[in-house]
Amino acid sequence: MKLSKTNAIEVQNVTKIYGSGENSVKALDNANLIIYDNEFFTLLGPSGCGKTTLLRLIAGFEDITNGRINLFNEELISLPPNKRPVNTVFQQYALFPHLNVFENVAFGLRRLDKDNDFVIKRSNEVLELVQMQDYALRRPNQLSGGQQQRIALARALAPEPKVLLLDEPLSALDLKLRQAMRVELKTLQKETGITFVFVTHDQEEALTMSDRIAVINQGSIQQIGNPEEIYEKPSNQFVANFIGEANLILGKCEKTGINGICKLQTGHKISINIPDKFNKGDNLTIFIRPERIKINKSKGSSLSQIQEFTYLGNAAHIELLSNGVSVNATLPIDKVKNFKKGDKIEIEFPKSFAQIINT
Amino acid sequence: MNIQGENKSRNNLIGLLPLWIVMGVFMIGPLIVMAFVSIMESNSYGGIHLKFDLSGYRQILFDTNLFDEMEFNPAYLIIIGRSFLLAVAATIISLIIGFPVAYYISRQRDSVKNILIFLVTIPFWTNLLIRTFAWIIILGKDGVIENSFGFIGIIDDDDSLNLMYTNTAILIGLVYSYIPLMVLPIYSSMEKLDVRLIEAASDLYSTRINLIFKIILPLTLPGIIGGSILVFVPCLGAFIAPDLLGGGKKLLLGSLIQFQFAYARNWPFGAAIAMVLLALIVTILYLNARVNKRHEQNA
Repeated sequence: MKLSKTNAIEVQNVTKIYGSGENSVKALDNANLIIYDNEFFTLLGPSGCGKTTLLRLIAGFEDITNGRINLFNEELISLPPNKRPVNTVFQQYALFPHLNVFENVAFGLRRLDKDNDFVIKRSNEVLELVQMQDYALRRPNQLSGGQQQRIALARALAPEPKVLLLDEPLSALDLKLRQAMRVELKTLQKETGITFVFVTHDQEEALTMSDRIAVINQGSIQQIGNPEEIYEKPSNQFVANFIGEANLILGKCEKTGINGICKLQTGHKISINIPDKFNKGDNLTIFIRPERIKINKSKGSSLSQIQEFTYLGNAAHIELLSNGVSVNATLPIDKVKNFKKGDKIEIEFPKSFAQIINT
Repeated sequence: MNIQGENKSRNNLIGLLPLWIVMGVFMIGPLIVMAFVSIMESNSYGGIHLKFDLSGYRQILFDTNLFDEMEFNPAYLIIIGRSFLLAVAATIISLIIGFPVAYYISRQRDSVKNILIFLVTIPFWTNLLIRTFAWIIILGKDGVIENSFGFIGIIDDDDSLNLMYTNTAILIGLVYSYIPLMVLPIYSSMEKLDVRLIEAASDLYSTRINLIFKIILPLTLPGIIGGSILVFVPCLGAFIAPDLLGGGKKLLLGSLIQFQFAYARNWPFGAAIAMVLLALIVTILYLNARVNKRHEQNA
């Protein structure tokens, strides 16, 4: 962690309730987070989890029910959207159909009463940044989805916002374009130095682009951390399941401490770090990623049998049944060449990758 | 299925037959009759003599003086001009009132919207003549307005505001009669307006005024133009409001035409004025179509 980070956005105890009485829906429940300056920050969660609500609260399109949002230490929520120095890239771009590309990009600058020479210079500059300078006189409906995406980005970047809010901006693009735009967005963020707050439900997108991620579910922030932390050390079962694939296996604590022992329902006895707050006999849930599981050819009485074998090209996905409990493993293709459905094999849960997880 | 060209055009003809019948009987037929009447000689007992004569059109611009010479007579041009100005004024006032109303309705919840739209259309449920008479009661001497003003002491009981039989009264009548035709098309284009465009604009530092003039107005332009035409066209030919509220003191196109057929018994002249009115309206519709086409290319 670098020292002396500036807080770009502080979300403090933010609650948002839609509707009232019996029909009310709690979209956000006492959310707290800090987004640093120059950061690519992602709000990740399934649809309806409240991530877009949080973004819209920052932009000012929704009224806050409770709590506080600060932008560079200044209270933000009393300002209307047009007074907030943040700009939004909308999911369906929301380009102005009656204006050409140039006027779309210049729109924010003109509303800020910038000098006309500056508006022209800055708009062209931003169009160049997104490589759309040749399309300045086109209408939005004459552009492809990817091109519209770039214009939406240019339009939001032109007024040099302190924070750029992106609401699932890549979801309408096809896979190839989406992957290319991921890299471009990341580069753009580094080049401009603007703080990006990116909303997505795509965990791969979040992992590849973000400096830090906040995982949200049912209005609550589940975990905040960099991609590696989120993936390797999920704070609860939801995060473990939502980000990638996870094995969650029940077990009983037999010995606590750094060299603790847990007896899994799969029949395996594994060595694992069990904090002292647990007692012998406690039920535990052990989390391990499929690609961390090791396998060996059976030497006789094995606990695990291959139920399903899926070839993935560079790897293979194996579904095992071990003592009635299903376990998933993903392995490099050369390690599983000789296996087939129905084979009995030995599996191993390496100590460094197995961990106790909160339910 | 592959429908051959010949078959297809025959099918089209049969399929569209009801349309052609309706158009022919109710629109093209009467139009031809009117055009025919306008180029015939008038019969002073009503109707026409079957003899080609362009005097109906000539009469719009020229008069025959005592010496049987043609003399320029601006009287009818003035009537056309006055009608035009009143129709334009009524359209502009309807727009100024109707646009915010449509905007307000479009921003309400769905259930409220339906009620409000229903309320806007309610005046159509009563006969126009009766509704216009109601305005006489409101505007007239000792009417609702004068009585209430007298009651709160703004005017003396004996004074009159002289609201009736003025251009203002005609305008009030016209605006009242046709404003739903302004509200509905504008409301319908506002409904189609993407809320995110408004959000995007306010995100990009637009004030309320900016929102209206830079986003909402340009994007609802087809509705505004449509509504304006729907108000302007009937206003140009209206005769109930001008007759009842204007007292027929100042002749307007609609009343002039009605007068030629009902009292003056100069059918060709009435028909000729009607044709001129039609030409005016068609020109406006054509201009509108061109503007709309440009707008569609942009949208």
